[in-house]
Amino acid sequence: MAKQVVQLSQVIIRFAGDSGDGMQLTGDRFTSETAGLGNDLKTLPDFPAEIRAPAGTIPGVSAFQLHFADHAISTPGDAPDVLVAMNPAALKANLKLLRAGGTLIVNTDEFGKRAYEKVGYTANPLEDESLEGYNVIPIALTSMTVEALKDFDLSKKEAERAKNMFALGMLCWLYDRPSQGTIDFLTSKFGKKPEILKANIAAYEAGWSFGETTESFAVQYEVKPAPMPTGEYRNIHGNLALSLGLIAAGQLSDLPIFLGTYPITPASDILHELSKYKNFGITTFQAEDEIAGVTSAIGAAYGGALGITTTSGPGIALKSEAIGLGVMLELPLVIVDVQRGGPSTGLPTKTEQADLLQAMFGRNGEAPVPIVAPQSPSDCFFAAIEAARIAIEYRTPVFLLSDGYLANGSEPWLVPDTTTLAKIEPNFTTEPNHELPDGTKDFWPYLRDPETLARPWAVPGTKGLEHRIGGIEKADGAGGISYDPDNHDKMVRIRQAKVDAIARTIDPIVVDDPSGKARVLVIGWGSTFGPIGGACTLVRDAGLDVAQAHIRHLNPFPSNLGEVLAKYDRVIVPEMNLGQLNMLLRAKYLVDTVNYNQVRGLPFKTDELAGVITDVLKSL
Amino acid sequence: MTINDLPALSLVPKTDVTQSAKDFKSDQEVRWCPGCGDYSILSTVQGFMPELGLAKENIVFISGIGCSSRFPYYMNTYGLHSIHGRAPAIATGLSVSRPDLSVWVVTGDGDALSIGGNHLIHALRRNVNLKILLFNNRIYGLTKGQYSPTSEQGKITKSTPQGSVDYSFNPVSLALGAEATFVARSIDSDRKHLSSVLAAAAAHEGTALVEIYQNCNIFNDGAWEQLKDAETADDLLIKLVHGEPIRFGKDGNKGVVRTADGQVAIANVAEVGEDALLVHDAHREDPALAFALSRLSEVHTLADTPIGIFRDVKRPSYDRLVREQLDEAREKKGAGDLQALVRGNDTWLVG
Ligand SMILES: Cc1ncc(C[n+]2csc(CCOP(=O)(O)OP(=O)(O)O)c2C)c(N)n1
Ligand code: SF4
Ligand SMILES: [Mg+2]
Repeated sequence: MAKQVVQLSQVIIRFAGDSGDGMQLTGDRFTSETAGLGNDLKTLPDFPAEIRAPAGTIPGVSAFQLHFADHAISTPGDAPDVLVAMNPAALKANLKLLRAGGTLIVNTDEFGKRAYEKVGYTANPLEDESLEGYNVIPIALTSMTVEALKDFDLSKKEAERAKNMFALGMLCWLYDRPSQGTIDFLTSKFGKKPEILKANIAAYEAGWSFGETTESFAVQYEVKPAPMPTGEYRNIHGNLALSLGLIAAGQLSDLPIFLGTYPITPASDILHELSKYKNFGITTFQAEDEIAGVTSAIGAAYGGALGITTTSGPGIALKSEAIGLGVMLELPLVIVDVQRGGPSTGLPTKTEQADLLQAMFGRNGEAPVPIVAPQSPSDCFFAAIEAARIAIEYRTPVFLLSDGYLANGSEPWLVPDTTTLAKIEPNFTTEPNHELPDGTKDFWPYLRDPETLARPWAVPGTKGLEHRIGGIEKADGAGGISYDPDNHDKMVRIRQAKVDAIARTIDPIVVDDPSGKARVLVIGWGSTFGPIGGACTLVRDAGLDVAQAHIRHLNPFPSNLGEVLAKYDRVIVPEMNLGQLNMLLRAKYLVDTVNYNQVRGLPFKTDELAGVITDVLKSL
Repeated sequence: MTINDLPALSLVPKTDVTQSAKDFKSDQEVRWCPGCGDYSILSTVQGFMPELGLAKENIVFISGIGCSSRFPYYMNTYGLHSIHGRAPAIATGLSVSRPDLSVWVVTGDGDALSIGGNHLIHALRRNVNLKILLFNNRIYGLTKGQYSPTSEQGKITKSTPQGSVDYSFNPVSLALGAEATFVARSIDSDRKHLSSVLAAAAAHEGTALVEIYQNCNIFNDGAWEQLKDAETADDLLIKLVHGEPIRFGKDGNKGVVRTADGQVAIANVAEVGEDALLVHDAHREDPALAFALSRLSEVHTLADTPIGIFRDVKRPSYDRLVREQLDEAREKKGAGDLQALVRGNDTWLVG
């Protein structure tokens, strides 16, 4: 008998289990099916740094949150409507997130005495009154999976492993998601192990049928597609978008890419991605350390490649001296920092925005480096191209500041037409650029373009332009070693002026103020774009006026930024640090900003931020 | 042997003009202390370069920091004077992405073995197509005379007034232990010997490490003097020549033999007979014997110090293997299609 179908406008669902339970995979698959249905969506994987902490413990809990809707949404959601808890540890670690009255699907098979006592419950939480405020749906996921697979030639352990597929099938039924994508995915993953493949499909189908027949689910839900601009879409994670942006930059500039890097969470996936695309002329070099990663990229850039290095905060600390060399040599270099919780090793798998000042100032001497920050997972694509454009056209290291939330989060993306992307012109110098008094021509490596102040890029192999460059201060123009005080003063100012001049080629900052009446501006940078946008929407829905602006270029700032800030009675700066952008804005524009800061390793919650904004509005 | 026989240089364009040492002198004023051993090395390198017959613009010198690392400024080729210890890593990026270049690294004992030790050993094990010239003066010259990783234990310097307690590195032993395919040693003042070693290094595919004993007449004067002084040199210096019995000393009275336990030892030729001498084989796959030879020298007295090529074996360079993978990917998948890549294979249509 077909069940009743209920329409929902949005759902936030959170899968939580042991690191070995395959929750990330379950979440990814559910996301793919959801994307294919045309819902708008945002995801947030939340997993521990340990690969497999002891089973059944809180440190071993891995979760995946997905927010999907029939309208545009900006975040993975504050409080889940549905929590799937595969064991007591997952319940304990995630229950506080679930909204009051939310649905709790629990795997009862894992709630033995030893298991719940292990995480500190004194009684079985499914049997006392502690879960009264929720709609608890107890399901014997493990034993039903084992039962469904009893005819397969599998050990009990192997059969139990498929319980995530049972859960996935069940939820796909509950939210009316298609199955074919998951079956195709399993086929490509387990194609070489037919027994495992069949078992996983069988577990998935058993979960689906269970959903259809069980009394536990009275209704089936449907979330209609969100209205989106027409076109072809894909779902994309930030690290993948960033990798594709780098590859695109190589193609747009017609330069071979050289990536010099050392593995570190959450940046390693960029290395993994780029290493797959050697046919695009991409060389990836897994160096002995971060210093070799960045310096090898500098060496490649000296030879005419698009030099790239990727890392997270601790790696930037190691690369600092070499980045200063890049500033001195004036060679193109893209430095990707996928920020994570710090200092030191900090929170490797969690997000944070606390490397802004490190990127801005973390070098000896006056060493200005442009900074570009993407604002969403898909925006990592365009931000990567922009970083490469600045690096190549201005012959300078450029920071691309992503973070853990962007890196691992995903969203639907209208696939861009790559033929419309602007070319990047490396403009190699192949002829002498200077004439000596006696009329002979020679090459001056530091004779600049009057417009951009960029120096010529003449690569080894170019006849007649043999020259030496280095980290020692050079004479303006000719480029030989110079310790002259006035020359040094001049060169320091020129390097700064060159970076400042980039502002002429970047878009002015745009303010989103639908009513045109806002007296308060909320300004942020990086991955807080979604949460700030969501918070502003909540505030506006409550009938108040607020404006939002987001800074993509943190160095140099867009030229109209000062003017924009001056227009508002109050400027709020929310950041996942202790106020780094805030410090820069105050120092540069002398505005009395209000900062709001959290460093919890997690993105802001929109309702909390909305509260902060409302408080400021009411104080006016 | 013509240049095209040199696998290391087969992809580097050749010059069509006759070059001389003068062509390799840059217009920069040389700023080493008068009498510094670096001058002789510079002049030998400038004199040797024309032998290679390479297009000058396809030669690059990369250095770290130190007196020795000023070297690139004085060569009229492409050059990059970088930061302390990192030259092998910079050169790796350049060499891997530009097979048409002949890339040389100039470094010091501090630059290569202290701060840059990690990059050095990894370049060696990878066998990147680099020629590394390690100027060993057993001291930190540029920072005015602190002891270095090659200084002998007990050395009195500014930072070790009671004598250093550090045990020293033997760069040749270190390189052999780091899987180096070419390891040699020469002396700043022996132009002929140094030139011959440089020629062999240039011809080698992969990383060639050449340790050059260099005199710092300001902070460690005479560190290698016994090996240069005609009075003492014959008795101390063992010149390794591939295919020849290892024999040295006044009138060749001493030689190197293998002992029963597989080690090497110094013997009196009159006692053991010429036939008992070890014949030097630089191409031996197993580095154990080269290593044993590198251990003969005595750190303080410099007794029994071998120079010449310890090891020169064939192993494909890192650069070549990387290039092969790029070529293979292009052959199999064709040149990349950006639009297809960005689109991926899991899309849906709206509208
Ligand atoms: C990061 C860094 N640390 C320290 C120094 C100071 N420094 C410059 S050269 C040098 C030692 C050089 O010794 P060596 O490599 O033996 O070169 P030499 O001057 O003897 O040729 C040191 C410690 C530096 N330039 N950079
Ligand atoms: S300090 Fe020593 S190594 Fe440096 S230039 Fe002077 S003599 Fe040469
Ligand atoms: Mg030295």
